[in-house]
Amino acid sequence: MIASTPQQRPTAATEAEHQPTSPIVQMSGITVEFPGVKALENVDFRLFPGEVHALMGENGAGKSTLIKALTGVNQIASGSITVNATPIRFSGPADARENGISTVYQEVNLCTNLTVAENIMLGSEPRRFGGLDWRSMRRQAAVFLKRMGLNIDPGSSLGSHSLAVQQLVAISRAMVVDAKVLILDEPTSSLDTDEVEQLFAVMRQLREDGVAILFVSHFLDQIYAISDRITILRNGALVEERLTGELPQRELVSLMIAGTSDATVGQVIERNVVSARKSDAKPLLQAVGLGRKGAVQPFDLELYPGEVIGMAGLLGSGRTELARLLYGADKADEGSIQLHGVQAKLRTPRQALGHKIAYTSEDRKGEGVIGDLSVAENIILGLQAARGWTRPLPATKAAQVVDAYIKALGVRPANPQALLKNLSGGNQQKVLLARWLATAPKLLLLDEPTRGIDIGAKTEIMNLVSELAEQGMSVVFISAELEEVLRLSDRIVVMRDHTKVAEIPSSQDVDVPRLIEIIATGEENT
Amino acid sequence: MSVATATVSGRVTPKLSLDRRYLPVIGTVVVFLLMLLVGGVRYENFLSPAVISNLFINNAHLIVLATGMTFVILTGGIDLSVGAVLALSSVITATLLQAGIPLIIVLPVALLAGSVIGLGMGVMIQYFEVQPFVATLAGMFLARGLCFIFAPQSVPIRDQGFVSLTNWGLTVGRWRLTAAVVIALLVVVGALWVLHRTRFGRTVYAVGGGEQSATLMGLRVARTKVLVYVISGTCASLAGILFAMFSRSGYALTGVGMELDAIAAVVIGGTLLVGGMGFVAGSLVGVMVLGLIQTIITFEGTLSSWWTKIVIGVLLLVFVILQRILSLRRT
Repeated sequence: MIASTPQQRPTAATEAEHQPTSPIVQMSGITVEFPGVKALENVDFRLFPGEVHALMGENGAGKSTLIKALTGVNQIASGSITVNATPIRFSGPADARENGISTVYQEVNLCTNLTVAENIMLGSEPRRFGGLDWRSMRRQAAVFLKRMGLNIDPGSSLGSHSLAVQQLVAISRAMVVDAKVLILDEPTSSLDTDEVEQLFAVMRQLREDGVAILFVSHFLDQIYAISDRITILRNGALVEERLTGELPQRELVSLMIAGTSDATVGQVIERNVVSARKSDAKPLLQAVGLGRKGAVQPFDLELYPGEVIGMAGLLGSGRTELARLLYGADKADEGSIQLHGVQAKLRTPRQALGHKIAYTSEDRKGEGVIGDLSVAENIILGLQAARGWTRPLPATKAAQVVDAYIKALGVRPANPQALLKNLSGGNQQKVLLARWLATAPKLLLLDEPTRGIDIGAKTEIMNLVSELAEQGMSVVFISAELEEVLRLSDRIVVMRDHTKVAEIPSSQDVDVPRLIEIIATGEENT
Repeated sequence: MSVATATVSGRVTPKLSLDRRYLPVIGTVVVFLLMLLVGGVRYENFLSPAVISNLFINNAHLIVLATGMTFVILTGGIDLSVGAVLALSSVITATLLQAGIPLIIVLPVALLAGSVIGLGMGVMIQYFEVQPFVATLAGMFLARGLCFIFAPQSVPIRDQGFVSLTNWGLTVGRWRLTAAVVIALLVVVGALWVLHRTRFGRTVYAVGGGEQSATLMGLRVARTKVLVYVISGTCASLAGILFAMFSRSGYALTGVGMELDAIAAVVIGGTLLVGGMGFVAGSLVGVMVLGLIQTIITFEGTLSSWWTKIVIGVLLLVFVILQRILSLRRT
C-alpha cells in the first residue's frame, strides 16, 4: 500500500459543488479469505452519490471479490460496510437489490425469450383483476426505456435486440427498484464503439440524477472518458484512490502493474537478446488483417523460426485473444493466415495442431492440465491426440518420451506416475510445456506460462524458451510481467484495448517505463 | 444501432414480419387446416359436425394431459409419469365408487393422488437435483404399480352420479360437447390465463429461457420448478377421471405410452423441448392434429391403424427439425 492516507482527500472545486460530503457506500478494512488465500486484505473503498467510480486492477487484484463482498455473495472475514452511514451486511444480490444496490453483470443475465417489458418489470409488475396488466406493464417499461434513450418496442422479445440494447435493458431493470448504487461489471466488453457511447450517455444521465456508479472495465480510454474517480487494487490490496483528472494514464498503468507510480526504480533491464533468427529466414506464419469482432482489431503479424515474440499489454487488452486466433481456438471474422507462404485454414485447434502449432492456456487449471491423470499421461496426451486415437503410442516409446522430457525440463518429483494435481504450479507448467513439446511444434504460443509459479521455476521456464528458440522454434510469449517480456523477446508486440498498437523490433532499445508508456497511451512516439 | 421497431407516442407500429415466437404454432395450425382440407376433399361427411365433435370427445383426456405437459416442457423438463398417473386416478375413481364412497369425496381424492405424485417428483428434481427424466420415470413405475395394488382387473363404474355426469352434454344442432370436453376446454383456458397473466406463468417461461438468469432476476425459481410437476400431475389425474368417464371403467393398463402421445402433441404444437418457448393453444392444436390423423386413417378404411403411429413419427420428426432450424437461425 502506497502513500494514501484517508485524510488526504482531494478537494477539487468541481467535486465539492455537486457532491455531498458523505459517501453512500463506505467499505473499511475489508478482508476476504478463501481457503489458503487472502483475496482481499484490509481494503478501503468508498462511493459517492453522483459519481462514476472506476475499479481498476490486473488479474487477481480483487475487483470482483470486492464487488461480491459488497453485494453479499462473498462473506467478509473482517471490516465494515456502511450504506447511507448504516452498517449493513447483505445476504446476496437480491437482498442488495432490495436495498438499492443493483448489479449488471458482464454477461447479460436476463431472459431472452421473454419480452423487453417483462425483463424490466417482472418482480414489480403492475396487476389488474389478479393478473398481470400487460398494457400498463408495457407503458411503465417504456418510461424506463426512454430514460435509457432506448426507442424500442417493449412488447418485442429481448432476444431480437443486440447485446448493447440488452445491456441497457438490464440497466433499466436495475433502475426499477430505484437503485441508488449501480454496479456495472465489465458492461462494455462485448460492445462496439457506438454502443459504448450509448451506454456512456445513459451513465452520464444517471450520474446527473445522483446515482452512484461503480464501473469495471479493462479499457483505459473508457475509464478516462467516463469515470470521476479511480480506485486501484493490486494483489488483493488497495494501492490508491485518485481523482481521474489528476491521474495520468501512464501513472495509472504503473500503479496497476507495479504498485508504484514510478516503475523505473530498480527495474532497469538491459535487453541482451541474441536473436536466433537468420537474416534470410522466411516467415513461418504471416497474419494479414486478422481480426475478430469484440476480441481483436485486425492486425498484421509475422512470426519467424528461431524468434521469440513477446506480447505486452494489460489484462483484457486482447493479448490472449490474439493467441487464440492464431491457434484456431476462436474463429477469425476477417483476414487470413499464411504458413510458409501458403494460405492456411486454422479454424479449429485440431487444424492448428496439424500445422504444428501448439498453445498453452493462461488458465492452466481450467483448460490445460488434467489433475487426476499422472505426469506421464498428461505429457503423452498431446502426442497421442496428434497421432489420432486409432494408432496408440507404443508403451516403450511413450516411456522414453516421458523420461526424456521429465529430465530435460527438470520436473520434480521426477516420478512419471505422480498425479499431476499433487505437483507445484511451476512443475505443472513444465508438464504442460512437455505435452506440447512432445508434439514437436514449429510454433509455440505460451500464454502467461510464468503466472503463479515461484521464481526458480520462472527462470527455468524462461531459459527453456530461449533454448527452444535457438533450436529454431518460433515462440510467442505472453506475460503480464514486463521484465520477462523484455528479457526474452526479439520483438515485442504491444496490445492495448484489443488493438495491436506497437511492434518494437529487436534493434530498438526499450525499457519498462517506455513499455508502460506505450501500453498507457498507445503511442509509439511520444 | 439498428433498431427495427420503433415506438411512436407509446403506440406500437404494426410490424410487417410476424414475431418468430408464433411461427411454430402457425405451422401447426397450417398443418391442421391442410389435413381438414384433404380429409374434406377425399371423404364424404368428413367435415361434418359429428366428426369434429368426436375429435374433441375422443381426445378430451389427451388435451388435459398435453396442457399439464406444456407447463413442464416450458421449464425445460419432461414428465414421463402422466400416462401411469392417468391410469392410477381412473382406477382409484372406479374402485372407490365401487366401494360405495360418495362421488364428492372420490373425485378430490383421485385428483390429489396426481398432485402428490407430482409434488414428490418436483421435490426430487429441484432439491435432490435428479434428472427430470429419471425422477418422472420413477414416478411412472410407482403409479403403474399402485394401479395393480388397487385393482388388477378392469373395474366397471355403475355409480349413478358419475354415469349421469358422463351422459351430460351440450347439443347445439348437430354439434355435441360432453362434460369431459367442457372440462378439458376450461383447463386450457385456465392454463392460458395462468401462463400469460400471472407472475408464476411468466416465471415458467423465464426458467425455460435461462434458469440462472431467472434466479438472478429474483424470480422464485425453485417454487416454480416444483409447481409445474404438481400441475402436470394434477392434470394427469384429472385426465384419468375424464378417461374413466369416457370408458366408464377403471383399468390398470390404460394409458400405457400415453405420456408419449402427450409429449408428441406438445412438440407438434410448437413448444421447444429445451423450454422457454411455446403455447398451450399450440398443444391443443397438436392434440387435434394427432386426433385427425387417426380419423383420416379410420376413414381410409383399408389402412392398418398402426399407420397412425408412422404418420405421427414422421410429423414429429419434421416439426423437431423445423424447430431446430428456427432456433439455429435465432443464434
